[in-house]
Amino acid sequence: MNHPVKQDHSRFRKIIKGRIRDNLKKYVSGGEMPISKGGKTFKVPMPQIETPRFKFGDKQQGGSGQGEGEPGDPVDGQPGEGQPGEGEAGEGEGNKELEVELSIDELAAILGDELELPKIEPKGKKSLESITNKYTSIGTVGPNSLRHYKRSFREALKRQVASGTYDASNPVIIPQKSDMRYRAASPVITHENSAVVIYMMDVSGSMGDEQKEVVRTESFWINLWLKSQYKDIEIRYIIHDATAKEVEEEVFFKTRESGGTLISSAFKLCRDIIESDYNSSEWNIYPFHFSDGDNWSTDDTKLCLDILDNDIIPNSNVFCYGQVESRYGSGQFYKDLNTKYGAENEDVILSKIKNKDAILDSIKEFLGKGK
Amino acid sequence: MNRSKPIQGELLRLKEEIEQYAIDYGLTYHPVVFEVCNYDTICILASLGGFPSRYPHWRFGMDYDQLSKGNIYGFQKIYELVINTAPCYAYLLSSNRIVDQKLVMAHVYGHADFFKNNAWFRNTDKSMMDVMANHGTKIRKYMNRYGQDRVESFIDAALSLENLLDVNLLFETPQVVRQREELEKTAIEEELRGDEDDKISTALKSFMRSKARKEKENTPVVEPERDFDYKSIDQDVSGTRDIMKFLMNNAPIEEWQSDILGCLREEAYYFLPQRMTKIMNEGWASYWHSKIMTNKALKSSEIIDFADVHSGVMAMSPKNINPYKIGIELFRDIEHRWDTGKFGKEYLECTDMNKKHNWDLKLGLGREKIFEVRKSHNDITFLDEYFTEDFCVRQQIFTYKFNPRTGRNEIDSREFKEIKAKLLQQLANFGQPLIEIESSNYNNRGEILLKHVHRGVDLDMSFAADTMKNIFLIWKRPINITTVVEEKELVYCYDGKDFKPIKA
Repeated sequence: MNHPVKQDHSRFRKIIKGRIRDNLKKYVSGGEMPISKGGKTFKVPMPQIETPRFKFGDKQQGGSGQGEGEPGDPVDGQPGEGQPGEGEAGEGEGNKELEVELSIDELAAILGDELELPKIEPKGKKSLESITNKYTSIGTVGPNSLRHYKRSFREALKRQVASGTYDASNPVIIPQKSDMRYRAASPVITHENSAVVIYMMDVSGSMGDEQKEVVRTESFWINLWLKSQYKDIEIRYIIHDATAKEVEEEVFFKTRESGGTLISSAFKLCRDIIESDYNSSEWNIYPFHFSDGDNWSTDDTKLCLDILDNDIIPNSNVFCYGQVESRYGSGQFYKDLNTKYGAENEDVILSKIKNKDAILDSIKEFLGKGK
Repeated sequence: MNRSKPIQGELLRLKEEIEQYAIDYGLTYHPVVFEVCNYDTICILASLGGFPSRYPHWRFGMDYDQLSKGNIYGFQKIYELVINTAPCYAYLLSSNRIVDQKLVMAHVYGHADFFKNNAWFRNTDKSMMDVMANHGTKIRKYMNRYGQDRVESFIDAALSLENLLDVNLLFETPQVVRQREELEKTAIEEELRGDEDDKISTALKSFMRSKARKEKENTPVVEPERDFDYKSIDQDVSGTRDIMKFLMNNAPIEEWQSDILGCLREEAYYFLPQRMTKIMNEGWASYWHSKIMTNKALKSSEIIDFADVHSGVMAMSPKNINPYKIGIELFRDIEHRWDTGKFGKEYLECTDMNKKHNWDLKLGLGREKIFEVRKSHNDITFLDEYFTEDFCVRQQIFTYKFNPRTGRNEIDSREFKEIKAKLLQQLANFGQPLIEIESSNYNNRGEILLKHVHRGVDLDMSFAADTMKNIFLIWKRPINITTVVEEKELVYCYDGKDFKPIKA
């Protein structure tokens, strides 16, 4: 029998997912996604609903603390020593800023739980085959280092009993060469799923730092999830304005170019990378494209759609397009893709990311289909 | 299903040992019933404020969500839970090590002593276990009748009022309160019925009342009367801080709604002394677990484990004051000062630092003094009286402030006076903004005018707006508040649609 608080719990879960009690949804906090902060410390998503009450504003209030330091030294940022406080009746108050050491795997599991992401089903049987040897059988020949003593003595015992030389009162067993048994290897074929993620980002003048931050956070979490699903994962980065080039991770997030936007340039490069390095029968391919939705001309958009149709989509598990809202972007590309593929397409997932708070929802859109 | 079970065997033996130490040290308390339970159970109990049976509400689910996640992901641990009832229930986590259990038991006896002897707890209802369960039953019944969403929404609104309490009411005993409420209720009912027939015996009256009530219950739910008389209740209302009670008695709400308000109010007042004595209560319990463990109960093989747990509990933080740490240190400081006589005019006026440092009159009054302190103080008076400059420096306490230029909180001052002022300000009115009702017939339109008694810190206005929306749901007329925002006195109004400042 479950305690009634479990019902309260499931009700709470339903409220934060917005299924019931719509009016409370605006009080749900903690939708903000935690970001990796040097080392491996992350904040765990912990949705809360704060009942509105008269309370003091934060900034003016300040507070008091204990420890070393001169006036002017910051008190934030130092991870507050976790207080393993001894909870006591009625201590419902207090802020809980939880920071915790977690491994990547644990974090991915939490992400999966929180967003209810389905496990990814790798594409068919086309994955990489690799052969490993496992010592699961027994042979009559082999090197001494693989000799199986128990089996060898058992053979010797059988032979001695059969030939009548076994004396139960003096059970001495002497194995001969023919009694020797050896561990033998049998080849096992394992299927390994390898995946490649190709990130493409528009770095034209209209993509500001805020937009890049959104892309950065989102790709961090996407990587995290895909890494937990595939044994090997390769990540390639493409940036483009009017021309595209492949870059290192660092460059990908930091570059700010200016100039026009020809999305087709990135798609062309993506196509070339897939063609030269990743055989789609062996690789699970995930092209992600982030932009603010501006493209130079409708002709170029047409070209983009052609490349998508003929080269990228047939080779990929799923093509994902994330449109980050920006003051300058027109958002036209999303509309074009949406007209062509629609919202329910199996091979193309489109998502609009309004701001940082919307990252979670967008990740769920991208990964929620389990492709 | 029993989720927790009484202690036995080794634990029982330990409990008797520890209890004897507690008695020898002079702690007095209502009998303590220890039970052991697993982590899930302790999370459940903690999320319900220690009471296994309460009304259904998602916020308990939210607390449970956080506590159990804290457990699963391993960044939080509850060792124990004590409840202020008689007998005093204490839950131990079954996975604790023996040394932890000893520490926790000693700690629990400290709390139990505090619950029984501290003046601010004198009138808390020691049968709260039953009261809470009754509230649960009542509210479930209302949910069955009026629908879960409807009742829950009302509770949500009512919870916005949970911190609008009057600390002075803590000295009213529950009996007094109940008697008075009963009288008031009877008076109101009689007035409403306009029944002047005095010849009917009181028994008959009471019978008729209950009959009338039954009939009323059978009629379908009606909207509250529109011609509610807001004006007549605006007498002596100015300065009311017990806003929950005011609304419970005067707002145009249905009977079940005012009943729920009453339940929530009773629970809020029950927890209030704990909010007012956090530092003292934890300090006192920590003082005793430390004393009992280090002087009596600890085996030499357990010292490292004990030190590890104890230091974890006492950890200092730059972002806030750890009540365990400040509490225990203050009690120890008081004990030391009264043992050596470092108090009073002569000591304070002494200017020879060396003499002051070595001051020892060998009074030995320390123990007696701390027992006296635990009896009569709450956190504010405790700090006001015993938080000295010397102590402040030794404990390395500072204040910090938000620096808008750097966008971070920075250490502001190590000046004793400022620090003390800040601490007292943080503790004033149990750390909540002080809100009073100024008028319930503001502008002669039946509107409520609240007053935020400003003591240097502004309200969070977006929260205030939502809070006032919730009060509007109960009062059903516009809600106004006078407050100070960035050093300007302003009146804000929520009129059912918008939240906006109006001219003062």
